[in-house]
Amino acid sequence: MTVTDTARESVESMLETKRTESHLNPPPSYDLADHPAPTGREEIWRFTPLKRLRGILDGEASEAKLTWETSLPEGVTLTEISAAEAAEIGELAPNDRPSALAVANAGGALLLDVPADLELDEPVWLRLHGDSVDDLVWGHLVIRIGRFSKATVVLEHTGSARYSATTSVLVGDGANANVLTLQDWDDDAVHLGRDAILVGRDASVRHTAISFGGDLVRMHANVEYAGPGGQAELLGLYFADEGQHIEHRIFADHNEPRTKSNVIYKGALQGQGAHTVWIGNVLIRKVAEGIETYEENRNLVLTEGCHADSVPNLEIETGEIEGAGHASATARFDDEQLFYLQARGISEAESRRLVVHGFFNDLIRKVGVPELEEKLMATVEEELSKNVLRPAEDAS
Amino acid sequence: MSTLEIKDLHVSVKTEDGPKEILKGVTLTIADGETHAIMGPNGSGKSTLAYSIAGHPKYTVTGGTVTLDGDDVLAMSVDERARAGLFLAMQYPVEVPGVSVSNFLRTAKTAIDGEAPKLRHWVKDVNKALQDLNLDPTFGQRSVNEGFSGGEKKRHEIAQLELLNPKIAVLDETDSGLDIDALKIVSEGVNRFRAQEGKGVLLITHYTRILRYITPDQVHVFVDGKIADQGGPELADQLEAEGYDKYLTKTTV
Repeated sequence: MTVTDTARESVESMLETKRTESHLNPPPSYDLADHPAPTGREEIWRFTPLKRLRGILDGEASEAKLTWETSLPEGVTLTEISAAEAAEIGELAPNDRPSALAVANAGGALLLDVPADLELDEPVWLRLHGDSVDDLVWGHLVIRIGRFSKATVVLEHTGSARYSATTSVLVGDGANANVLTLQDWDDDAVHLGRDAILVGRDASVRHTAISFGGDLVRMHANVEYAGPGGQAELLGLYFADEGQHIEHRIFADHNEPRTKSNVIYKGALQGQGAHTVWIGNVLIRKVAEGIETYEENRNLVLTEGCHADSVPNLEIETGEIEGAGHASATARFDDEQLFYLQARGISEAESRRLVVHGFFNDLIRKVGVPELEEKLMATVEEELSKNVLRPAEDAS
Repeated sequence: MSTLEIKDLHVSVKTEDGPKEILKGVTLTIADGETHAIMGPNGSGKSTLAYSIAGHPKYTVTGGTVTLDGDDVLAMSVDERARAGLFLAMQYPVEVPGVSVSNFLRTAKTAIDGEAPKLRHWVKDVNKALQDLNLDPTFGQRSVNEGFSGGEKKRHEIAQLELLNPKIAVLDETDSGLDIDALKIVSEGVNRFRAQEGKGVLLITHYTRILRYITPDQVHVFVDGKIADQGGPELADQLEAEGYDKYLTKTTV
């Protein structure tokens, strides 16, 4: 059986709406009063099982930390700064309760600084490890990519914790940034992450979110622009197993003219109660003439009992644009693909493996962190061995 | 030696109004080393025959037998049929995004032979097969059938035929949509395959054009799920001149 649902929004039908503020995205604010504890019925919370956040939404300041193991290429610094300094630097203010709590409770921030004009030929690697889900940890990070510099930053999360973090990525004019966040947590971890990216004039940034582990992972990837000509590529890859909730929320805010955003998220689901959510919000403001945006989400449902939510939203306040489109598809294995491979002698299990590999392969090659490619393919392989590689007793 | 024997094959598909019988008793033997052409109008069941032999899940065999050198093909899964020596060149080859042609070919070859091919020979063989079909050397890096032109898809099918080297090749309208140059290239590939000893070919086509390049031993005319007529290669010439009209009238009256 194949369930395919592809939607492409017509631009014209939305032109008549005159909005000044996005109704999909609450305005950013440091004030916790602006982010009341959700009931679960709010648009931005309705897909998230609040109970499984295990108290993060009412969390207090805490001394608990993740262990940081860092590899900083020459010229790159990581320093402690105060929350006030983070705001002064121009970080992007929190846009939901967990990120506001993270700023309020973390007791200061870390600033990762890549100076202007520096071109790195190896990645900045930040390995964050949590010891126990009993620890409530707040994270507050500012990544500053100086103008005309070129840098790759990898954030790797392992172990377990209840972790709520806000990260701003400030990409200077003409810079080229590649930021990857990998959620490779143990089964019980809870991670709420808000990554917000400010793209400088003529700068280009790629942000990749990869979520494999954790009981509940909810990641924001927000993009806005500090000037015209900036481009953002937002990539995502996730694999939800039995009982896992993995949620990715994207917001591309075209607030400057001639900016680009290109979003591709791909996920696979297997096992009872595996739940993934993808929300792709794109706002094209009145000033944002000549912009181009495309977003795509594809989900591969590997077994019965999984649920994938996929919601692309496009708000358009000007029609003077180059292009805007989106596609969303959630499907089981394509019987015709499996037949084609099997008709070449390839066993059913191996055919399924090939199809899933292919599904992710395209994306993994785009990530642009060669050091990680092999590991990512291996993790996909490991995930597949839980179901797909086993002889299919419920061949569908 | 290899003989494909089809006896009184009945096949139906599921439709909204219940099962519909498409093949209504097909009997056909491709003896050792023979090439048979099946010709017929659209909707006569030619492709159903091809897919049924390969084991497509959409088709249900309701009667009859198919054996390859005496082994019951219908009892085999799709991949077992391929490993037993059957190959189906498809009319509409399927895209498999993210799986490279070279990975696909190596995986298929390993599955068919039961062991991985020796790397050095294999690379040479693949390059030769692609070259023979006038496919670019970078072809191996592309995703299977993704973004291929119609002609590339068909040539890729025949490259697979040559590399996997089955006992019996079923070619489902491999000629459709090909220009004359591509048709020649594809036909040469098929002829290289059948020049080997004992290789059988079941060539399904709507047009007689490909039979100028691949001369069949026998021609069967397929109408309404059955063989309505058969003969030597001269039957194809007759069909070329007269079309299928006389058979169609027979069935509708």
